[in-house]
Amino acid sequence: MHEMSLMMGIVDQLRKSAAENHIKKISKVMLVVGEMTMAVPDALQLAFEAFKEEELFQNAVLEIRKEPVRGECKDCHHNFGVEDFAFVCPNCSSPNVRIASGRELYIDYYEGD
Amino acid sequence: MVKVRMATPVLQQNDEVARENRELFRKKGLFVLNLMSSPGSGKTSILERTIEKLSNRLKLGVIEGDIYTTKDAERIEKFGIPVVQINTAGACHLDARMLQPALDDLDLNGLDFLIVENVGNLVCPAEFDLGEDARAAVLSVAEGNDKPAKYPLVFRESQVVLINKIDLLPYTDCDIDQLEKDLKLINHELKLFRVSARLGQGFEPWVQWLEEQVNLKKKLSASQ
Repeated sequence: MHEMSLMMGIVDQLRKSAAENHIKKISKVMLVVGEMTMAVPDALQLAFEAFKEEELFQNAVLEIRKEPVRGECKDCHHNFGVEDFAFVCPNCSSPNVRIASGRELYIDYYEGD
Repeated sequence: MVKVRMATPVLQQNDEVARENRELFRKKGLFVLNLMSSPGSGKTSILERTIEKLSNRLKLGVIEGDIYTTKDAERIEKFGIPVVQINTAGACHLDARMLQPALDDLDLNGLDFLIVENVGNLVCPAEFDLGEDARAAVLSVAEGNDKPAKYPLVFRESQVVLINKIDLLPYTDCDIDQLEKDLKLINHELKLFRVSARLGQGFEPWVQWLEEQVNLKKKLSASQ
Protein backbone atom coordinates (compact mmCIF):
# COMPACT_ATOMS: atom_id res chain seq x y z
CA MET A 1 0.00 0.00 0.00
CA HIS A 2 2.16 2.86 -1.24
CA GLU A 3 -0.87 4.94 -2.24
CA MET A 4 -0.59 6.88 1.02
CA SER A 5 2.92 8.05 0.19
CA LEU A 6 1.82 8.88 -3.35
CA MET A 7 -1.12 10.85 -1.95
CA MET A 8 1.17 12.78 0.38
CA GLY A 9 3.09 13.90 -2.70
CA ILE A 10 -0.14 14.80 -4.49
CA VAL A 11 -1.54 16.93 -1.65
CA ASP A 12 1.85 18.64 -1.25
CA GLN A 13 1.78 19.68 -4.89
CA LEU A 14 -1.83 20.84 -4.54
CA ARG A 15 -1.13 22.88 -1.38
CA LYS A 16 1.79 24.60 -3.06
CA SER A 17 -0.08 25.36 -6.27
CA ALA A 18 -3.23 26.49 -4.44
CA ALA A 19 -1.19 28.94 -2.34
CA GLU A 20 0.45 30.34 -5.47
CA ASN A 21 -2.93 30.74 -7.14
CA HIS A 22 -4.71 32.13 -4.02
CA ILE A 23 -7.16 29.23 -3.91
CA LYS A 24 -8.68 28.56 -0.49
CA LYS A 25 -10.90 25.61 -1.30
CA ILE A 26 -10.44 22.92 -3.90
CA SER A 27 -13.62 21.41 -5.35
CA LYS A 28 -12.23 18.86 -7.78
CA VAL A 29 -8.92 17.15 -8.52
CA MET A 30 -8.36 15.25 -11.75
CA LEU A 31 -5.68 12.63 -11.40
CA VAL A 32 -4.43 10.57 -14.32
CA VAL A 33 -3.36 7.03 -13.46
CA GLY A 34 -1.89 4.69 -16.06
CA GLU A 35 -2.95 1.07 -15.92
CA MET A 36 0.66 0.02 -15.67
CA THR A 37 1.30 1.95 -12.50
CA MET A 38 0.84 -0.01 -9.34
CA ALA A 39 -1.47 2.63 -7.84
CA VAL A 40 -4.94 1.30 -7.08
CA PRO A 41 -7.69 3.95 -7.55
CA ASP A 42 -9.72 2.81 -4.52
CA ALA A 43 -6.66 2.98 -2.31
CA LEU A 44 -5.88 6.46 -3.66
CA GLN A 45 -9.44 7.56 -2.82
CA LEU A 46 -9.10 6.17 0.68
CA ALA A 47 -5.76 7.93 1.13
CA PHE A 48 -7.29 11.20 -0.08
CA GLU A 49 -10.01 10.94 2.60
CA ALA A 50 -7.28 11.27 5.21
CA PHE A 51 -6.74 14.89 4.13
CA LYS A 52 -10.39 15.94 4.24
CA GLU A 53 -9.96 17.58 7.65
CA GLU A 54 -7.85 20.23 5.97
CA GLU A 55 -9.93 23.21 4.85
CA LEU A 56 -8.36 23.20 1.41
CA PHE A 57 -9.60 19.67 0.70
CA GLN A 58 -12.81 19.64 2.78
CA ASN A 59 -15.17 19.65 -0.21
CA ALA A 60 -12.80 18.27 -2.79
CA VAL A 61 -13.75 15.37 -5.00
CA LEU A 62 -10.97 13.22 -6.39
CA GLU A 63 -11.60 11.99 -9.90
CA ILE A 64 -9.33 9.45 -11.49
CA ARG A 65 -8.91 9.00 -15.22
CA LYS A 66 -7.31 5.71 -16.17
CA GLU A 67 -4.95 5.52 -19.12
CA PRO A 68 -4.81 2.16 -20.88
CA VAL A 69 -1.50 0.48 -21.63
CA ARG A 70 -0.35 1.14 -25.19
CA GLY A 71 2.82 0.01 -26.87
CA GLU A 72 4.80 1.29 -29.82
CA CYS A 73 6.85 -1.13 -31.87
CA LYS A 74 10.45 0.06 -32.17
CA ASP A 75 10.82 -1.85 -35.45
CA CYS A 76 7.68 -1.07 -37.47
CA HIS A 77 6.38 1.87 -35.31
CA HIS A 78 2.93 0.31 -35.01
CA ASN A 79 1.00 1.75 -32.04
CA PHE A 80 -1.32 -0.73 -30.32
CA GLY A 81 -3.28 -1.53 -27.17
CA VAL A 82 -1.32 -3.93 -24.95
CA GLU A 83 -3.40 -6.81 -23.63
CA ASP A 84 -2.41 -8.91 -20.63
CA PHE A 85 0.92 -7.06 -20.50
CA ALA A 86 2.23 -8.96 -23.52
CA PHE A 87 4.69 -6.58 -25.14
CA VAL A 88 4.74 -8.13 -28.61
CA CYS A 89 3.84 -6.18 -31.75
CA PRO A 90 0.65 -7.59 -33.31
CA ASN A 91 1.78 -6.24 -36.69
CA CYS A 92 5.31 -7.63 -37.07
CA SER A 93 5.63 -9.87 -33.95
CA SER A 94 8.67 -7.94 -32.72
CA PRO A 95 9.21 -7.95 -28.93
CA ASN A 96 10.98 -4.58 -29.22
CA VAL A 97 8.14 -2.60 -27.76
CA ARG A 98 8.30 0.70 -25.95
CA ILE A 99 5.55 1.67 -23.49
CA ALA A 100 3.73 4.54 -25.21
CA SER A 101 1.18 5.09 -22.46
CA GLY A 102 0.01 3.46 -19.25
CA ARG A 103 2.82 4.62 -16.94
CA GLU A 104 1.27 8.04 -16.24
CA LEU A 105 0.74 9.28 -12.73
CA TYR A 106 0.08 12.99 -12.56
CA ILE A 107 -2.38 15.67 -11.52
CA ASP A 108 -3.97 16.87 -14.74
CA TYR A 109 -5.80 19.81 -13.19
CA TYR A 110 -7.79 20.93 -10.17
CA GLU A 111 -10.62 23.38 -9.68
CA GLY A 112 -11.30 25.66 -6.75
CA ASP A 113 -12.07 29.12 -5.41
CA MET B 1 -14.08 29.05 -9.85
CA VAL B 2 -10.56 28.64 -11.15
CA LYS B 3 -9.21 25.69 -13.06
CA VAL B 4 -5.47 25.12 -12.69
CA ARG B 5 -3.63 22.81 -15.09
CA MET B 6 -0.68 21.05 -13.51
CA ALA B 7 0.52 17.97 -15.38
CA THR B 8 3.33 17.48 -12.83
CA PRO B 9 4.26 13.85 -12.29
CA VAL B 10 3.40 12.74 -8.76
CA LEU B 11 6.76 11.02 -8.44
CA GLN B 12 8.73 14.03 -9.66
CA GLN B 13 10.22 14.73 -6.23
CA ASN B 14 11.45 11.17 -5.89
CA ASP B 15 12.81 11.17 -9.43
CA GLU B 16 14.78 14.35 -8.74
CA VAL B 17 16.41 12.84 -5.66
CA ALA B 18 17.06 9.63 -7.61
CA ARG B 19 18.92 11.71 -10.19
CA GLU B 20 21.12 13.14 -7.42
CA ASN B 21 21.89 9.64 -6.19
CA ARG B 22 22.64 8.45 -9.74
CA GLU B 23 25.04 11.35 -10.24
CA LEU B 24 26.84 10.47 -7.00
CA PHE B 25 27.17 6.81 -8.09
CA ARG B 26 28.48 7.93 -11.49
CA LYS B 27 31.16 10.09 -9.89
CA LYS B 28 32.26 7.26 -7.64
CA GLY B 29 32.16 4.66 -10.41
CA LEU B 30 29.99 2.59 -8.12
CA PHE B 31 27.60 -0.01 -9.54
CA VAL B 32 24.33 -0.09 -7.59
CA LEU B 33 21.80 -2.91 -7.71
CA ASN B 34 18.24 -2.67 -6.40
CA LEU B 35 17.10 -6.14 -5.33
CA MET B 36 13.33 -6.60 -5.18
CA SER B 37 10.91 -9.44 -4.52
CA SER B 38 7.95 -10.58 -2.49
CA PRO B 39 8.61 -11.56 1.15
CA GLY B 40 9.98 -15.07 1.51
CA SER B 41 11.24 -15.51 -2.05
CA GLY B 42 14.82 -15.70 -0.80
CA LYS B 43 16.29 -12.24 -1.38
CA THR B 44 18.52 -12.31 1.67
CA SER B 45 19.67 -15.90 1.01
CA ILE B 46 20.55 -14.91 -2.54
CA LEU B 47 22.42 -11.94 -1.17
CA GLU B 48 24.37 -14.21 1.18
CA ARG B 49 25.37 -16.56 -1.64
CA THR B 50 26.28 -13.63 -3.87
CA ILE B 51 28.48 -12.11 -1.15
CA GLU B 52 30.20 -15.48 -0.58
CA LYS B 53 31.09 -15.63 -4.27
CA LEU B 54 32.06 -12.01 -4.79
CA SER B 55 33.52 -10.64 -1.56
CA ASN B 56 37.06 -11.77 -2.42
CA ARG B 57 36.78 -10.33 -5.94
CA LEU B 58 34.97 -7.01 -5.30
CA LYS B 59 34.57 -4.48 -2.52
CA LEU B 60 30.94 -4.88 -1.59
CA GLY B 61 28.52 -2.90 0.52
CA VAL B 62 24.89 -3.54 1.39
CA ILE B 63 21.92 -1.38 2.31
CA GLU B 64 19.13 -3.37 3.91
CA GLY B 65 15.57 -2.11 3.67
CA ASP B 66 13.16 -3.55 6.18
CA ILE B 67 9.94 -2.32 7.69
CA TYR B 68 10.91 -2.77 11.35
CA THR B 69 13.63 -5.31 12.05
CA THR B 70 17.41 -5.59 11.69
CA LYS B 71 17.30 -9.36 11.12
CA ASP B 72 18.56 -9.19 7.54
CA ALA B 73 21.34 -6.74 8.33
CA GLU B 74 22.52 -9.06 11.13
CA ARG B 75 22.75 -11.90 8.61
CA ILE B 76 24.86 -9.78 6.27
CA GLU B 77 27.16 -8.40 9.00
CA LYS B 78 28.54 -11.90 9.55
CA PHE B 79 30.34 -11.61 6.22
CA GLY B 80 32.40 -8.69 7.48
CA ILE B 81 31.25 -6.26 4.81
CA PRO B 82 29.78 -2.79 5.44
CA VAL B 83 26.02 -2.93 5.90
CA VAL B 84 23.56 -0.17 6.77
CA GLN B 85 20.00 -0.80 7.83
CA ILE B 86 17.10 1.42 6.79
CA ASN B 87 13.91 0.87 8.75
CA THR B 88 11.03 2.30 6.79
CA ALA B 89 8.79 2.29 9.90
CA GLY B 90 5.77 0.91 8.11
CA ALA B 91 6.41 2.09 4.57
CA CYS B 92 6.26 -0.75 2.07
CA HIS B 93 9.13 0.40 -0.15
CA LEU B 94 12.37 2.35 -0.19
CA ASP B 95 12.44 5.70 -1.94
CA ALA B 96 15.34 7.77 -3.21
CA ARG B 97 15.39 10.10 -0.19
CA MET B 98 15.47 7.27 2.35
CA LEU B 99 18.64 6.06 0.72
CA GLN B 100 20.60 9.27 1.31
CA PRO B 101 21.40 9.00 5.05
CA ALA B 102 22.44 5.39 4.48
CA LEU B 103 24.78 6.52 1.70
CA ASP B 104 26.33 9.04 4.11
CA ASP B 105 27.04 6.20 6.54
CA LEU B 106 28.98 4.18 3.96
CA ASP B 107 32.48 4.91 2.71
CA LEU B 108 31.53 4.92 -0.97
CA ASN B 109 35.13 5.54 -2.09
CA GLY B 110 36.04 2.15 -0.70
CA LEU B 111 33.33 0.28 -2.63
CA ASP B 112 32.92 -1.11 -6.16
CA PHE B 113 29.49 -2.56 -5.76
CA LEU B 114 26.51 -1.61 -3.60
CA ILE B 115 23.48 -3.86 -3.24
CA VAL B 116 20.25 -2.35 -1.94
CA GLU B 117 17.86 -4.97 -0.65
CA ASN B 118 14.43 -3.42 -0.95
CA VAL B 119 11.47 -4.12 1.33
CA GLY B 120 9.85 -7.47 0.53
CA ASN B 121 6.98 -6.46 -1.74
CA LEU B 122 6.34 -7.02 -5.45
CA VAL B 123 4.12 -3.97 -5.89
CA CYS B 124 5.35 -0.71 -4.46
CA PRO B 125 9.17 -0.76 -4.79
CA ALA B 126 8.84 -0.96 -8.59
CA GLU B 127 7.45 2.59 -8.70
CA PHE B 128 10.36 4.24 -6.92
CA ASP B 129 13.61 4.95 -8.72
CA LEU B 130 16.48 4.96 -6.22
CA GLY B 131 19.13 6.05 -8.70
CA GLU B 132 20.34 2.47 -9.15
CA ASP B 133 22.08 1.10 -12.26
CA ALA B 134 20.10 -2.11 -12.43
CA ARG B 135 17.13 -3.79 -10.88
CA ALA B 136 16.94 -7.47 -10.14
CA ALA B 137 13.73 -9.18 -9.11
CA VAL B 138 13.64 -12.50 -7.32
CA LEU B 139 10.80 -14.90 -7.96
CA SER B 140 10.66 -18.30 -6.32
CA VAL B 141 9.05 -21.28 -8.05
CA ALA B 142 6.88 -21.88 -4.98
CA GLU B 143 5.09 -18.57 -5.53
CA GLY B 144 3.25 -19.82 -8.60
CA ASN B 145 3.24 -19.19 -12.34
CA ASP B 146 0.80 -16.30 -12.18
CA LYS B 147 3.13 -13.78 -10.57
CA PRO B 148 4.42 -12.12 -13.78
CA ALA B 149 0.85 -11.47 -14.95
CA LYS B 150 -0.18 -10.16 -11.53
CA TYR B 151 2.81 -7.91 -10.96
CA PRO B 152 3.98 -6.95 -14.46
CA LEU B 153 5.59 -3.64 -13.53
CA VAL B 154 8.37 -5.03 -11.38
CA PHE B 155 9.37 -7.41 -14.18
CA ARG B 156 9.06 -4.78 -16.87
CA GLU B 157 11.29 -2.42 -14.88
CA SER B 158 13.95 -5.02 -14.04
CA GLN B 159 16.96 -6.10 -16.07
CA VAL B 160 17.30 -9.42 -14.30
CA VAL B 161 15.03 -12.02 -12.75
CA LEU B 162 16.49 -14.66 -10.48
CA ILE B 163 14.20 -17.66 -10.39
CA ASN B 164 14.93 -19.10 -6.96
CA LYS B 165 14.21 -22.37 -5.13
CA ILE B 166 14.62 -24.50 -8.24
CA ASP B 167 15.42 -27.38 -5.88
CA LEU B 168 11.71 -27.31 -4.95
CA LEU B 169 10.51 -27.71 -8.55
CA PRO B 170 9.51 -31.39 -8.20
CA TYR B 171 7.20 -30.43 -5.33
CA THR B 172 5.40 -27.57 -7.06
CA ASP B 173 3.08 -27.13 -10.04
CA CYS B 174 5.38 -24.49 -11.45
CA ASP B 175 6.14 -24.85 -15.17
CA ILE B 176 9.47 -23.04 -15.21
CA ASP B 177 9.77 -22.90 -19.02
CA GLN B 178 6.34 -21.31 -19.26
CA LEU B 179 7.25 -18.95 -16.43
CA GLU B 180 10.29 -17.79 -18.38
CA LYS B 181 8.20 -17.33 -21.53
CA ASP B 182 5.68 -15.23 -19.59
CA LEU B 183 8.46 -13.07 -18.18
CA LYS B 184 9.93 -12.54 -21.66
CA LEU B 185 6.52 -11.43 -22.97
CA ILE B 186 6.54 -8.61 -20.44
CA ASN B 187 10.18 -7.75 -21.04
CA HIS B 188 12.10 -9.59 -23.75
CA GLU B 189 15.41 -8.08 -22.65
CA LEU B 190 15.27 -9.72 -19.21
CA LYS B 191 18.25 -11.78 -18.19
CA LEU B 192 17.04 -14.90 -16.42
CA PHE B 193 19.02 -16.97 -13.95
CA ARG B 194 17.75 -20.19 -12.37
CA VAL B 195 19.17 -20.59 -8.89
CA SER B 196 18.80 -22.39 -5.61
CA ALA B 197 20.10 -20.20 -2.82
CA ARG B 198 19.68 -23.07 -0.37
CA LEU B 199 21.99 -25.37 -2.34
CA GLY B 200 24.11 -22.64 -3.88
CA GLN B 201 23.21 -23.81 -7.40
CA GLY B 202 23.32 -21.69 -10.54
CA PHE B 203 25.18 -18.71 -9.05
CA GLU B 204 28.21 -18.60 -11.33
CA PRO B 205 26.48 -17.01 -14.39
CA TRP B 206 24.75 -14.47 -12.13
CA VAL B 207 27.89 -13.34 -10.32
CA GLN B 208 29.75 -13.22 -13.64
CA TRP B 209 27.07 -10.90 -15.01
CA LEU B 210 27.39 -8.73 -11.89
CA GLU B 211 31.15 -8.58 -12.17
CA GLU B 212 30.87 -7.49 -15.81
CA GLN B 213 28.45 -4.71 -14.84
CA VAL B 214 30.70 -3.52 -12.01
CA ASN B 215 33.72 -3.38 -14.31
CA LEU B 216 31.76 -1.66 -17.05
CA LYS B 217 30.60 1.03 -14.67
CA LYS B 218 34.15 1.62 -13.45
CA LYS B 219 35.45 1.97 -16.99
CA LEU B 220 32.63 4.33 -17.96
CA SER B 221 33.27 6.49 -14.92
CA ALA B 222 37.02 6.58 -15.54
CA SER B 223 36.58 7.63 -19.17
CA GLN B 224 34.38 10.59 -18.28
